[in-house]
Amino acid sequence: MRGRMNAGLIVGGTLVALVVIAALVSFVWTPHDPTLVDAARKLREPGGGYLLGADKFGRDTFSQLMVGARTTLYVGIVAVGIAALIGAPLGMIAGMTPHGWLSELVMRVNDLVFAFPALLLAVMLGAVYGAGTLTAMIAIGVATVPAFARVARAATMQVMVTDYILAARAAGRGRMAIAGRHVLPNIASMLIVQASVSFAIAILAEAALSFLGFGTRPPTPSWGRMLQESQELLFSTPRLALWPGLAIALAVLGFNLLGDGLRDYLDPKLRRIRERTRRSERSGGPTKEGLRGVSEER
Amino acid sequence: MIVYLVKRLAVLLASTAVAGVVVFAFMALLPGDPAEIALGVNATPEAVAQLRQQYGTDRPPVTQFLDWFGGLVTGDFGTSYVTSSPIGPQIGERLAVTAVLVTGGMVIALLVAVPAGTFAAVHHRNPLGAAISAVSQVGIAIPAFLAGILLVFVFAVKAQALPSGGYVPMAEDPAQWLLSLLLPWLSLGLVQGAVLTRYVRSSVLDVMREDYLRTARAKGRGRMGALWRHGLRNASIPVVTVLGLQLATLLIGAVVVERVFVIPGLGDLLLNGVAGRDLLLVQGVVMVLVVAVLLINFVVDLAYAVLDPRLRGAP
Repeated sequence: MRGRMNAGLIVGGTLVALVVIAALVSFVWTPHDPTLVDAARKLREPGGGYLLGADKFGRDTFSQLMVGARTTLYVGIVAVGIAALIGAPLGMIAGMTPHGWLSELVMRVNDLVFAFPALLLAVMLGAVYGAGTLTAMIAIGVATVPAFARVARAATMQVMVTDYILAARAAGRGRMAIAGRHVLPNIASMLIVQASVSFAIAILAEAALSFLGFGTRPPTPSWGRMLQESQELLFSTPRLALWPGLAIALAVLGFNLLGDGLRDYLDPKLRRIRERTRRSERSGGPTKEGLRGVSEER
Repeated sequence: MIVYLVKRLAVLLASTAVAGVVVFAFMALLPGDPAEIALGVNATPEAVAQLRQQYGTDRPPVTQFLDWFGGLVTGDFGTSYVTSSPIGPQIGERLAVTAVLVTGGMVIALLVAVPAGTFAAVHHRNPLGAAISAVSQVGIAIPAFLAGILLVFVFAVKAQALPSGGYVPMAEDPAQWLLSLLLPWLSLGLVQGAVLTRYVRSSVLDVMREDYLRTARAKGRGRMGALWRHGLRNASIPVVTVLGLQLATLLIGAVVVERVFVIPGLGDLLLNGVAGRDLLLVQGVVMVLVVAVLLINFVVDLAYAVLDPRLRGAP
């Protein structure tokens, strides 16, 4: 049974759609070359074909924002992809054999990875292989694996005690068949919600890493680095910090709202699985888990 | 409880050891030999060999690891290949700054979240409560370093009331110390406070609908009275857990915020270490941060067991 469209879904979906459209359009068109350095346009005020003005190198801010959206989505998709492809199967294995040694091993390794936040991983990877978009994506992805594994495990454990799994086992279905035919479709909606929330966290992490110089390398535009470059000019030209800051905040807000909205829309049953959040959700309020990778399954 | 404690402690120690192996192995992958880098391209093979012996990098990796890891237990992080100064005291000094930063941030987060979250829960049916929820949703979307830049803009650039960066040790000038930390504290605390507000709100909302609270009201207690007497303790259980997890987030957030405000904490040390290719220093700082996160998780697990006895039997 599907829920109704809700405010989170609409607002979040719109914000995410804006970022996606900006990124897609930037492939075929930007007002100006986002990486073109031109001393004549240095710190140019907004207007006259330069919608948001230009930065200290004379690069068009609006064009940079558009291509920055591409960087943001690229990092998010790869990082969340890594996390989902590793985390979800591990969590399913752990959830299907909750008392086995394999489950124990998966969860212990999970706890260990949890102790290495994306930032530390990226700094370590950066120190060894040189910082860049690739190391940032891998670091964020690996650091997000535990969140997926925990959600997949908790959801799988809920599914495994249902009658239809019992029926499938009685009918002689093997583990793989049960996992593919019964478990995965039933936990998919939770994984989709987790993906949306993780995407928001990945955007935050990429921005922080680029800000520190451990993310996307110049000249590729990135919102985090735009912020870092604008910091010294905060006293004279604050608008340079305003736009990338706004872009980061709106993108993160969009993915967070989309995650909350999807949770309600895709499967109202999730409310029962997610401990103690049922009543606050009915009152139209926010849910407490899923933020910043904090999972209910601890 | 004792069995549970021993089990968690064993897990903590094992995780620390494995984390040590991971960090050491990672840094061992670094291209380049510290002795060759220190002496430059024109060094004679003899001099390199001698320096290698001095550094101890001529020994097998396992011996090097055990030596390094054993030293950590006693607070000996080794001597930097780059600056030739002992690393332990540096880390200790910087850790103190970061700890103050994180603690202050946490206090502000609590001061914001507990009243705001409780208020939003009690008034969840009227616009003001909904407004708090909306504001916290926006706060969550703002990373701490962006909040820092915003605060600098408002309080340093526009109002010119607070310094935009820099750090004054407390021993030098307590008033300036406080002023220099105010904006960093706020940037960490307000963002974490926004996250925490949501948890406090839904926690209090849950408790408000419990039967025992209705009973307390039926006995004649007012809404706030009943909540104060019976509700807050129960509502605090999930919040304490989240608080612990957030402490880990704050610690890492502090690394970035230190960069924004030029505060000489652990994050600053780490990033300088990477820039200067100071292998042992980076190794040491990363290890300290990882152990801090592991310790926080350990304490969270214990707090959970203390608050909710049902969990003590869980593995």
